[in-house]
Amino acid sequence: MTALLKSRELILALILAIAVAAIGAYDSVFVQWQNISDMLTETSVLFMMALAQMVVILTRGIDLSVAANLALSGFVAALVSQYYPDVPLVLMIATGVAVGLLLGMINGGLIAILGIPPIVVTLGTLAVYRGMIIILAGGDQVNASEMGVEFQAFPKQAFLGLTTPIWIAIGVTILFWLFLNLTRTGRGFYAVGGNPVAARYCGISQGWQEFLAYSIAGAVSGLCGYLWVARYGVAYSEIASGYELTVIAACVIGGVSIGGGVGTVAGTVLGALFLGIVNTALPVLQISPFWQMAIAGAVILAAVVINARAERRPDKLILPEARRLGRTSRAMRRAGT
Amino acid sequence: MPDPVLTLTGVSKSFPGVRALHDVSLSLTPGRVTALIGENGAGKSTIVKILTGIYRPDAGEIRVKGEARHFASPRDAWAAGIAAIHQETVMFDELTVAENIFMGHMPVGPTGAVDWAGMRARSADLLNRIDAPIPPAFPLKRLSVAQKHLVEIARALSHDAQVVIMDEPTAALSANEIDDLFRIVAQLKAEGHAIVFISHKFDEIFRIADDFVCLRDGEKVGDGPIASVNEAQLVRMMVGRPVDQVFPKREVPIGDVVLSVKNLSNATEYADVSFDLRKGEILGLYGLVGAGRTEAMQGLFGITPMTRGTVTLEGRRLSIGSPSDAIRAGISYVPEDRQDQGAILSLGIRENITLANLGKYVRGLFLSRALEMTETRRLGRRLAVKAANWEQRLAELSGGNQQKVVIAKWLATRPKVIVLDEPTKGIDIGSKAAVHDFIGELAGDGLAVVLISSELPEVMGLADRLIVMKEGRMVEEFQRGRWSAEEIVGAATGARKEAA
Repeated sequence: MTALLKSRELILALILAIAVAAIGAYDSVFVQWQNISDMLTETSVLFMMALAQMVVILTRGIDLSVAANLALSGFVAALVSQYYPDVPLVLMIATGVAVGLLLGMINGGLIAILGIPPIVVTLGTLAVYRGMIIILAGGDQVNASEMGVEFQAFPKQAFLGLTTPIWIAIGVTILFWLFLNLTRTGRGFYAVGGNPVAARYCGISQGWQEFLAYSIAGAVSGLCGYLWVARYGVAYSEIASGYELTVIAACVIGGVSIGGGVGTVAGTVLGALFLGIVNTALPVLQISPFWQMAIAGAVILAAVVINARAERRPDKLILPEARRLGRTSRAMRRAGT
Repeated sequence: MPDPVLTLTGVSKSFPGVRALHDVSLSLTPGRVTALIGENGAGKSTIVKILTGIYRPDAGEIRVKGEARHFASPRDAWAAGIAAIHQETVMFDELTVAENIFMGHMPVGPTGAVDWAGMRARSADLLNRIDAPIPPAFPLKRLSVAQKHLVEIARALSHDAQVVIMDEPTAALSANEIDDLFRIVAQLKAEGHAIVFISHKFDEIFRIADDFVCLRDGEKVGDGPIASVNEAQLVRMMVGRPVDQVFPKREVPIGDVVLSVKNLSNATEYADVSFDLRKGEILGLYGLVGAGRTEAMQGLFGITPMTRGTVTLEGRRLSIGSPSDAIRAGISYVPEDRQDQGAILSLGIRENITLANLGKYVRGLFLSRALEMTETRRLGRRLAVKAANWEQRLAELSGGNQQKVVIAKWLATRPKVIVLDEPTKGIDIGSKAAVHDFIGELAGDGLAVVLISSELPEVMGLADRLIVMKEGRMVEEFQRGRWSAEEIVGAATGARKEAA
């Protein structure tokens, strides 16, 4: 773990620090607390969605339905707020999470029990979940004026200088770290993705791990669905359209291997932060909105190329002197030994 | 006799630490079937790979029709008229029969486009030549194994192959299908093809072969017309060495029965496997590749659950439905292909070693890294795993060290019974001795060991008792000291007893 931190996460953190410093030097507004706070609030959903997606990718899967799930769960939560304004806020949020969890369990069941490839299942449910919003809404939308006041105010409140979405993202990140690093089930995701056959021999059920991964992705999407709808004050079928790709990009930038079995909480958080900074910085740098999407895409590609280089088969430590130093021969060549 | 179509002279091939072939010469004559005989690992596949251009020999000469040839790739071997039909067919399931026959040399028309009609017509001709009425446009995946073999033979004929190598072609065939195959072999013979026939089944060898070449440990130990030998002589040639001295066996006191297995069966792979296993005992499980030994032990371990039979461990009746049931009960299974089935390369040494019974390291809600580390250090040192630190990813370790980590993982479950599936396959002689010593040590620690091995000297050197399996069933049981290599191989191959 420390070795990994030394390499990829640290490099990514350094790049981020340099980028922030450079943009801040260009325009000091960028590094003012208000701007940073806005950026973190804006990115908090991405942190959580990326962490959940990482768990799915660890099992060699992919979940394309997360943004559709977010939209549907958020829509249901908004409906509850519209038609049952007296329900306590906690229950409204719980409704969003529960709907998300259910949708995630449907994905998980289709993938783990019926053995249908994840990309096919989630591409299908993506369309189904978005379609269900249109059916539920009858083509209409829920506007800010129809949602409860408290429902919308919660994501804008601040404690100790940080907004509630940031606090929630911090809490979820800690939970993910504990879950992935310190529990048997968490370790199981890495095992199943690293070598499914070996994991099976160790008594780890691939199906159960997959089912859990998609369920978690669903529940997190549900929570984020509430935050999204409440923050932007509108719920309809097209919110967060295409957002699943941003989520997957955050994972990939953070060093999660699409091949499964490799990925860390720290890396994914940095990947999401990276995208958050890029998206906030481009307007600050007065780059035309026409170019922003292309530039963001190019940045993602660059990060993926760097990661692909890092994922090359590492040199093995066969020479006794290499084992002693704990360094690869590439590193030794660079060091001139 | 006509001139040989192909000769090998003084061919040798080594791999790091292993001498696969040493100074082997043989010649193949048109219109004759040559049987290639030897134990697993004797060098038969190496010869096939040299003949088909997959390996290049370190020394020696290949002559085709008297002309010295070097095969730089499989394509050169085809061009020289040598084609192989592999044990497990290597073909394209999703493509048609005709595409499979002509893959790599499809006929093209004047425009450069594939001449589909011509290809189908020629495929039909080739298949008719061997009396195999398979429609050329049929997808390959809808054919039986036997029919796929026929398509492979047609492919060999499409190359105008003078030499056809058949590597255990009958392994997955029924008796009728074998008759059909042999009829085609006879026909190819009559047409003047030279045929190399590899099989472990003596009845087939005596039925179809004209000549034989017997290998042992990479050297040729006998050849000649098949009519000049009998089964007992062939078995002696294959085994032919004093094996008992090779591995000094540790003397371990043998205790009470730990594991009792009765009538272990599943629907298609193994039936009525029964044995008792005692503390400190090493039970050898010998047989040809595909005799059902691995499958039966995987049944015991819950990978492919048994459908019938009982397993009793220390007097307690077990119901094993999954590997985790077996691990919890105290049974470990170290799979044959330790890299593919055992090692998780993306995880570190610690995470690999503790993976099979993570529950042991949980304190309160969470895993205790300190507990994991203690166990990792203990086993890592005991097995002399060489690494920079215990968190190092397995991908960065050498193959031998990866194997040690996998074995450490299974010892970390503190098993009472450990099944080792081909523990020395693919490792060099020096490491083999270390593994053998270690297996003795495990027994000395009071573990009950099941040793699946296809290497006769290994099982004879290590086992206290030996069960021979053939075609999914136990055929014979031997006690240490009351066995001979000839009897064991005879039981495994089904050689007639009176001949031995």
